[in-house]
Amino acid sequence: MTFSSKNLQKIEQLKKKYPKVEALTLPLLWIVQYQEGYISLDAIKEVAKYCNKSAMEVYSVASFYTMFNLQPVGKYHIQVCKTLSCKLCGQEDIFSSLKNILDINTNQTTDDNLFTLSQVECLGSCGTSPVMEINDKYYENLTPQKVEDIINDLSKKS
Amino acid sequence: MIKEVKIVSKNFDIPNSHNIEVALKNGRYSSIDKLWSYNNQDIIDIVKDSGLRGKGGGGASAGDKWALMPLDGDKPNYLVINCDESEPGTFKDREIISKDPHLLIEGIIYSAYAINSHQAYIYIRGEYKEFQDILQSAIDEAYSKNFLGENIFNRGYNLDITIHRGAGAYICGEKSALLESLEGKRGHPRLKPHQKEPEWYFDNPTLVNNVETIASVPFIINNGAEAYKSYGTELSSGTLLFALSGHIKNRGVYEAEFGTSMMDYINHYGGGIRDNKKLKAVIPGGASTTILTAKEVENITLDYESLRAIGSSLGTGGMIIIDEDTNMVEALKNLVEFYHHESCGQCTPCREGSSWVDTIMKSILDGVANNRDIDKILEIANTMNGKTVCVFAPALADVIRGFILKFRDEFEGYIKVD
Ligand SMILES: Cc1cc2nc3c(=O)[nH]c(=O)nc-3n(C[C@H](O)[C@H](O)[C@H](O)COP(=O)(O)O)c2cc1C
Ligand code: SF4
Ligand code: FES
Repeated sequence: MTFSSKNLQKIEQLKKKYPKVEALTLPLLWIVQYQEGYISLDAIKEVAKYCNKSAMEVYSVASFYTMFNLQPVGKYHIQVCKTLSCKLCGQEDIFSSLKNILDINTNQTTDDNLFTLSQVECLGSCGTSPVMEINDKYYENLTPQKVEDIINDLSKKS
Repeated sequence: MIKEVKIVSKNFDIPNSHNIEVALKNGRYSSIDKLWSYNNQDIIDIVKDSGLRGKGGGGASAGDKWALMPLDGDKPNYLVINCDESEPGTFKDREIISKDPHLLIEGIIYSAYAINSHQAYIYIRGEYKEFQDILQSAIDEAYSKNFLGENIFNRGYNLDITIHRGAGAYICGEKSALLESLEGKRGHPRLKPHQKEPEWYFDNPTLVNNVETIASVPFIINNGAEAYKSYGTELSSGTLLFALSGHIKNRGVYEAEFGTSMMDYINHYGGGIRDNKKLKAVIPGGASTTILTAKEVENITLDYESLRAIGSSLGTGGMIIIDEDTNMVEALKNLVEFYHHESCGQCTPCREGSSWVDTIMKSILDGVANNRDIDKILEIANTMNGKTVCVFAPALADVIRGFILKFRDEFEGYIKVD
């Protein structure tokens, strides 16, 4: 894996913002994930070069954070909150309708590689629960009907 | 009755208040001139006098913490804003950064100046990308007006703000874990020193404050310490963005003075319990605070001292409202799963304890546990106290004890074997 020229410029900018290059680890892992869709071992080696670390050290960091995908995921990564405020407001119905519509279980990807389904802890959106995040976008105050519409919309777009 | 008050949330309902022109029309950056008439120490003293307390959950005096920063050391000082906001039941900082980001930026300018820092980082949870983008646009606007960057406001002071994105780890909200993460490492909390000292970012003195703490500073600089102290109680001064979630009619974030009656708050802002059910319990300040029964809620006021006095704590002020139909065994299982998943794994009592309790909770729900298992959970909780690097484990122990001691009959209801 190599960084795109646009991303190389971004990295140069980032270097100025931190006292040490080690601090670039998380920002660079994010750049990789947006560029490649997930973080391969090859990418880990590349990141290590820029932040003065061994590949093993970068791997140990990357694997600590749940949002870094070390395996490929579908085009739309659905993360449904499962924590208490969402549970009290009907999270289980949301989750089972997603499973039904997509015909997959937690941590699985649909055959067309469009959707990956994850259950995550509190998304900091408890006042508008049940909540899910698809890629970078929040979907709040969900109902099974809304979920169906959202998935249909995204399927049509692709 | 409730006296409505808006200090931090004043501009939340103004359309486009995240835009700098709208922000300027509505009082943002209006005390900048006043700022330059003070020196660092003056600002620290004003903040100390105001009684401002950290709003990230701990409630430590902000001024006392600022005073730990060396003002003439030879190392650079750093200001770090905690926008990790991962405590279940808490969603207030998000309101600030998406509805009034310039209030936070203004607060950062005052606070950085006070502790003589030229670089501030905002550590934001990875999931908040949409809100991070709004905040970044506001920062870009501030740079283009020369409110940030070199020689800000032509006053010879340099200040940069960099947003640093986390990647999904609750523990990174703990300040030392946050700094480890900001250094590019796993988010493992650090051992605490024996006496008071600043935090350290790559061995440089660092101040970590919550978003709302810093967003409260402009009001104090603008109106003075006394004005802030006129709200709240003697020891808990000012206001907090309390929040309501769970079984309540009007969920959301509503600012209130410390010392407000919890029941009045729930009825006034929340509109009462959903579907006209009866209240069973409230988790008062984010998942990590000890649960209160409906009876305990009747006479409690929302301030640090009152909640401490009944064996819980105010935490982040994010109240999770639980109605009479809720199964408390399932509720505790849900929270234990959270802690089991989020333990950073450094300390055995926390890593193993959270896992054991999760397993035993499952056996209770499956109907295969016996009465001794309930006591075993309490015993495990006791091993999580005082022997761990951070307070995650003791907080979990209190969560467990709260549920079991206050709702034990529901747990016993699941016991079928002897
Ligand atoms: C497990 C744990 C999680 C925490 N999470 C957060 C958080 O998400 N946001 C926050 O501001 N403070 C959080 N804190 C508190 C911070 O450690 C720190 O006290 C706070 O950011 C300091 O700012 P303040 O004094 O302005 O509140 C957490 C503490 C612990 C022990
Ligand atoms: S108490 Fe738990 S979360 Fe805190 S440092 Fe130890 S293992 Fe990590
Ligand atoms: S519990 Fe689901 S967003 Fe907080």
